[in-house]
Amino acid sequence: MREALEGSQAIARAVALCKPDVVSAYPITPQTHIVENLSKLVAEGDLHTEFVSVESEFSAASVVLGAAAAGARAYTATASQGVLLMAEVLFNIAGMRIPLVMTVANRAVSAPLSIWNDHGDSMAVRDSGWIQLHAADNQEAVDTTIQAFRIAQDTELPVMVCMDGFILTHTMEVIDMPDAAAIDAFLPPFAFSRQLDPGDPKTLGTLVSPDFFAEIRHSHHSAMVQALSVITDTDSAWHDAFGRSCGGLLTVEGDETARVGIVAMGSTVGTLRTGMAHSAAEAGPARLIKLRAFRPFPTDALRKAVAGLDHLIVIDRAISPGLGGILGTEIAAVLADVPDAPRIHNHALGLGGRDIPETIYADLMAAIKDPDAPAFSVFDVDLNKLAPEDR
Amino acid sequence: MQDEQRLAELRQKFGRQPAAPGEAQTPVTPREAQPRFRGLESGHRACQGCGEALAARLVMESAGPDVMVANATGCLEVFTTPWPQSAWRVPWIHSLFENAPAVASGMEAAMKAKGRNTKVLAFGGDGGTYDIGFQALSGMLERYHNILYVCYDNEAYMNTGIQRSSSTPHAATTTTSPAGKERMGKRHLKKDLLSIIAAHHIPYAASASVAYPQDLQRKVRYAMGIEGPTFLVVHSPCPLGWRHGSALTIEVARRAVDCGLFPIVELERGALSNVMPIRQPRPVSDYLQLQGRFSHLMKPDDPRAAEERDHLQALADYNIEVFGLGGDGRDPADTAAQSYVGRGGPAAAGRN
Repeated sequence: MREALEGSQAIARAVALCKPDVVSAYPITPQTHIVENLSKLVAEGDLHTEFVSVESEFSAASVVLGAAAAGARAYTATASQGVLLMAEVLFNIAGMRIPLVMTVANRAVSAPLSIWNDHGDSMAVRDSGWIQLHAADNQEAVDTTIQAFRIAQDTELPVMVCMDGFILTHTMEVIDMPDAAAIDAFLPPFAFSRQLDPGDPKTLGTLVSPDFFAEIRHSHHSAMVQALSVITDTDSAWHDAFGRSCGGLLTVEGDETARVGIVAMGSTVGTLRTGMAHSAAEAGPARLIKLRAFRPFPTDALRKAVAGLDHLIVIDRAISPGLGGILGTEIAAVLADVPDAPRIHNHALGLGGRDIPETIYADLMAAIKDPDAPAFSVFDVDLNKLAPEDR
Repeated sequence: MQDEQRLAELRQKFGRQPAAPGEAQTPVTPREAQPRFRGLESGHRACQGCGEALAARLVMESAGPDVMVANATGCLEVFTTPWPQSAWRVPWIHSLFENAPAVASGMEAAMKAKGRNTKVLAFGGDGGTYDIGFQALSGMLERYHNILYVCYDNEAYMNTGIQRSSSTPHAATTTTSPAGKERMGKRHLKKDLLSIIAAHHIPYAASASVAYPQDLQRKVRYAMGIEGPTFLVVHSPCPLGWRHGSALTIEVARRAVDCGLFPIVELERGALSNVMPIRQPRPVSDYLQLQGRFSHLMKPDDPRAAEERDHLQALADYNIEVFGLGGDGRDPADTAAQSYVGRGGPAAAGRN
């Protein structure tokens, strides 16, 4: 059914459709509306779940860990400082290969304190071993959340669904909310092969000596690489069932013949799409690459997507101080051995909620013409706001 | 009804099977011959005389088999689960140092969601309970999860090599509270955790000691019957960390109780409901002198040692007074702490 919903409300409804056995969360802006809406669904009897309101994000992550290990479908949501407080547990969940789903309402990480959007939080746990999927709009966030439960179950890996804080979480959009019966058909009952059960006692989370550690890390990496096809298969199955798709690992749109490509994740894609529609005539055409899967990284799909390009603009909504862009660096790495790879122009944009206007498209396209431009820049920085010694 | 069936199935699956008629009896060790559920199996890698291993075995015997365990990082986790081996016969999970109560909360929520009655246990040492996992523990108690939390209290971070925790007794030496010219071991007091637990007004909280296994097991069984959060702290000597002989674990634990330094009490809804009385309190120095961690307090001519001994004696006296541990003197039938029990009943007891 199509209805106008706030992003967070839509996510809460999508989670409820997946019938989680256990939900646990701790409030943090801009995730709060998600858990408030879930609480309301529980209070009204529209969602039957054990809702565990904990005393910290650290415990929220630990509760869903324990719940999923005990055979329950589990869900949590957080952002920013919450992601960082959870960090130790997130690595542990992934290391134990426990399937569960978490929404990250992406927000900058303090200091300086900022409640607004960027990707610094989920990037900080990039190497935790979670699947990380980015939603470009709220329909994608809803569809990806439901898909995430199936991906988690099929891969026995945890899945993080990243959506831009405020820009998506607090924005009303027309959402096609799937039918409950259709979701029941799409999403099988929860099952976890190593679940805790007194009838078949297993020991989870043991001490592992150097004799086995490398093998376990290898198998985790291998499972992540294999998850690439599970992500695309799940999205195809979704398309078969609901007639729309989230784009699998990544999607390519815009002008196929363009010599310039732009890669972005999350809501920035929509801004660029509109910017391109308005100013492609003056600024020139581009191939727009929307990256949905950040972990596992879609190396092969990306190499194909950039074939024939002279320039590739990579937009990071986070920064690795002392190096530059994170996505930009990774893309440079996966294209390193590609013959005639495009020249990479890596920019950090929209940090800490800095508005990204539609005109950014033309500005980015103009910037590639500067042969002396650095390989990385914080594109929308205003150096006049800084003391000379801080520039 | 469903649960009884389930228990019967579990017993069938994991209990000892009688040998068929005519079949040769395989020799069993006395330990195997004990008609008890062995949740924690022998053959693990604990040190000789480990109080924690003994306590965990006693807890599991009384709690099993329809349980699952969330275990904090620590000795118990390390010595029972070196991959690919495990000493646990129940579903068991270790996640992190400070989240066992929260992981257990999730397991309990899962059991509730699935309509199962399997009891969730959470285990931690004193570091994981008094210190780093304290916030998660408070949250678990406040949210009223149906979990029995057991703290195996050996009064320091033993797994990392004997560092002081907030449970380390005053004046004890550890590697981070050594004694020297300027210091007499730990400068601070042992945290009164039970009072903080009591402030949560949970149905049941108690202290116990490996020196009194029947008392410990009775408390576990009592807690298992309660629907809600329950808490048990078990005094568990660590021969390596306390620096006493491995054969002295029980003796050291008993003296801690008998001198009043480790009071054995029970609290219901936060109010003191029962204590184990000490018929004849022993001087604290009887307890201290067995342990290397207090050896600096036993130097005859050091006035600082005398002062700290007095300090610890005062703490023990205070416990005896506030918890009302004082008994009514020696009972001729009481054989506790005797080196032998004479035949013939009470009359023989006078000899010791």
